[in-house]
Amino acid sequence: MLEAILTAVIPVVIIGILCGAGLVIASKVMAVKEDERLPKIRECLPGANCGACGFAGCDGYARALCEHPDTPANLCVPGADTVARQLSELLGVESAAVEKKIAVVHCSGDCTHTQDKVDYKGMESCQAAKLLYGGKGSCTYGCLGLGDCKNVCPQNAICMQDGVAHINRERCIGCGLCTRVCPNRLIDLIPDRETVVVACSNRDKGAAVRKACTSGCIGCRKCERSCPNGAVTVTDNIAVIDYNKCEDCPDFGICARSCPTGALRL
Amino acid sequence: MTKLIIILLSAVFINNYVLAKFLGICPFLGVSKQLRSAVGMSLAVIFVMLMATAATWPIQKYLLDPHDLGYLQTIVFILVIAALVQLVEIVLKRYMPSLHESLGVYLPLITTNCAVLGVTILNIDEGYTFAEAMVNSLGSGLGFMLAMVMFSGVRSTMEGSDIPESFKGLPITLVAAAITSLSFMGFGGVIENLFS
Repeated sequence: MLEAILTAVIPVVIIGILCGAGLVIASKVMAVKEDERLPKIRECLPGANCGACGFAGCDGYARALCEHPDTPANLCVPGADTVARQLSELLGVESAAVEKKIAVVHCSGDCTHTQDKVDYKGMESCQAAKLLYGGKGSCTYGCLGLGDCKNVCPQNAICMQDGVAHINRERCIGCGLCTRVCPNRLIDLIPDRETVVVACSNRDKGAAVRKACTSGCIGCRKCERSCPNGAVTVTDNIAVIDYNKCEDCPDFGICARSCPTGALRL
Repeated sequence: MTKLIIILLSAVFINNYVLAKFLGICPFLGVSKQLRSAVGMSLAVIFVMLMATAATWPIQKYLLDPHDLGYLQTIVFILVIAALVQLVEIVLKRYMPSLHESLGVYLPLITTNCAVLGVTILNIDEGYTFAEAMVNSLGSGLGFMLAMVMFSGVRSTMEGSDIPESFKGLPITLVAAAITSLSFMGFGGVIENLFS
């Protein structure tokens, strides 16, 4: 009885030990030298894999930091200053501040302001809807409302309300993935502080805008004239705000208050 | 030679591991969402199947059979395949980093894949010679690849279609897999008659 058990157990044990020994030797002999800073750097990064730094995920950025010393340490937008400081300490370089950015949607044409021109029953994707006569809404510049940006957001910061994307400022990490998927390029990254946002992207003349959407920018230049710093300019029938000139506004929000359609809002 | 061709073709089409023997269903459903990952996984499976057969066939013939230890087959094979895959991974990482990168996570994932174990055990059960066993493993791996690539196409088509709420996700995937495997039933008996 015992012998029968032993004849089964011993070969298995021997094979097991041989395999184990082989693996140990192989891992020692063929060890690949990895930069010892790599796991530490990887630990500092938030792990959102958002790609805002321009590399393939956090691992890619960590590797680039190790291998190319001239890679800036402040590229991680979600990690902001804390991560930039930790990284520069690890790498022994000067730390540079990261400006925290958040995404804003340049459209406010929800279902109370616009009408549908067609009844779209295709794929639930903005990219697909855009190919069909520029989308279902009356405004071809505006939000298509099918949520491509929502699907790509790693933080669930975007929700669709009445057919327009809304961004939750608390959750947004400023990675900019949504800015790239929107077929109308409606989403922009702006400095994260109390600001006025141009909630329209329609470049048509005022009358055409008015027909398509009741909250669109008609290019009346009231904001341009009201701005004490000259930060607002109307180009191509749409207001554009230069946020660098906006910083110390003596009459904050005057442009938004002067807007007759509500396209500029706080 | 004819026998080898018959073994190869029947392993790919008739005895397809995924669609006829229902082995290796886990990666078949798990990594068939995109063509890229499906191909990566299949390459890793082909590679490991060949390596595993090359290692386990001699063990069975020269170690287990002469000492009447045939009943240890499964456990010894699992042990050897697991160790082998780890070893291969270490070697690849050292000498072929690019291949290691492209196989990626799939290599360790298939360490204990039942299709790999199934191939090695069935090679013994069928009484194949070493050459026949290797050809059968290659065919099984290619069959796995064929099934994965076909099914990733089916799935990418399903992505854009309007599926009833209750069927979304795994249910419709299983239904599609069933229909795909049904289509392979048509190959039954074809290969034998090709060479007779």
